Amino acid sequence: MKKVVKYVAFDILRNKIVIAYMLFLFVFSMGLFLMEEVPEKSLMSLLTLNLILVPLISVMFSTIYIYNSSEFIELLAAQPIRRKSLWLSFFIGLASALAIAFFIGCGIPILLFSANSVGITMIITGLLLSVIFVSVSMFSSVYIKDKTKGIGVALLIWLYFSLLFDGVVLFVLFQLLEYPLEKLIIGLSILNPIDLVRIISLLKMDVSALMGATSAVFKQSFAGNIGSIISFVVLLLWMVLPLYFSVRKFDKKDL
Amino acid sequence: MIQFSNINKQFDQFKVLNNIELQFEEGNIIALIGPNACGKTTLIKTLLGMVIPDSGEIFYQGKSIKNDWNYRNYIGYMPQIGKYPENMTVGQVIGMIEDLRNVAHKDLDRELYESYKLKDILYKRMGALSGGTRQKVSAYLAFLFHPQVLVLDEPTAGLDPLSALILREKIIKEKQKGKIILITSHILSELDDIVNQIVYMEEGKIIFNKPLAQVKADTGKEKLTEAIAAIMNVDKRG
Repeated sequence: MKKVVKYVAFDILRNKIVIAYMLFLFVFSMGLFLMEEVPEKSLMSLLTLNLILVPLISVMFSTIYIYNSSEFIELLAAQPIRRKSLWLSFFIGLASALAIAFFIGCGIPILLFSANSVGITMIITGLLLSVIFVSVSMFSSVYIKDKTKGIGVALLIWLYFSLLFDGVVLFVLFQLLEYPLEKLIIGLSILNPIDLVRIISLLKMDVSALMGATSAVFKQSFAGNIGSIISFVVLLLWMVLPLYFSVRKFDKKDL
Repeated sequence: MIQFSNINKQFDQFKVLNNIELQFEEGNIIALIGPNACGKTTLIKTLLGMVIPDSGEIFYQGKSIKNDWNYRNYIGYMPQIGKYPENMTVGQVIGMIEDLRNVAHKDLDRELYESYKLKDILYKRMGALSGGTRQKVSAYLAFLFHPQVLVLDEPTAGLDPLSALILREKIIKEKQKGKIILITSHILSELDDIVNQIVYMEEGKIIFNKPLAQVKADTGKEKLTEAIAAIMNVDKRG
């Protein structure tokens, strides 16, 4: 399995997109920190960018990579390698490449300019988001055989989590404005890792007042130790569950 | 010994393999013949574990290959269309497979490396190779680890006559070592006189599984291609 990871990682590194992604993140975050006097403000802008860009690049790059590697996968499947290890090697290769790119591109500037608990939270959640969306893309691409359709679905997944989901939540909120909905909203945010990361980060930054009426409830439920543990557990589930189901499917898939 | 026991496989509504019962013994060259889309490739893909049958089991040396992967150490596979990562060079692909198989360098069978002059294309990208050259790489990789079982899917389809002849000589040599060699093809002419067992498939079913001599006797033809053509014709009329 180690050997397969090595070849996958080697193959990804030769693909210059990950390097370009890393450089872009690095230039952008350095720029934000250098232009702004107060690092907190830069962190806010960086958070906005990360919540859009990290899931997009993770899900799209992994999906396209997996479809383009169908020959590679087929070649390896005929070798004496366990199917599960083969699929997990692709996951490890992709997840580590994207996580390292995020860490160098975004993590190092944050550590240089704002190495406090807020910064660390942002690095950890960014790494988690990278891995979560690799896992989600592996889930969707193992089920969809057609490449064009698969890439379309990956794009829809990103659109759903970063735009549509919030729209639906807002819609529900406005329709049922008279009822006490705080619990429901907390429940809903668990269904979207991007929202969860946004809430965790905003609460750490102590700007939860920006979030309007329900912020008090959020603060109660998320800010405490138990709250952050629960939210990290949920993020871990987002990482493990899609991967688990994709491995199960790949084990029985016809190549 | 390889044994297929009651293999069924369905793609959507289409039954590709229908109750396949087969047995292959060491020291035989088996030709798997049938019209296009009769399930030949699917059948060998089930043997390689690339297609999982809906029901039935395959045994290699008496052990079921289900959820096992070690048996693939004993199989050399030459695919019909060799699919390789496009931007890896020939040398990198060969190096990678050698590395994954974990076989000492001195134990490799590098005969085809010499006869196909693979040294000259070692630094070419896989994507830049012609179909025939890819086939040469596939053939080299199939024989590389002295496998006990050789699965060759349309081995001579893209090869020029000289390269096909080299492959033929190689197959005869390996047969004498007591290996199971499974060849699928719809044009057999180059391999006519080296096979000794014929499996004929149609629409996912085994029509017959006989020694070559008996096929010739049954049809009254001297050449295998003619015998097969006769069988296919009878089938169409019947």
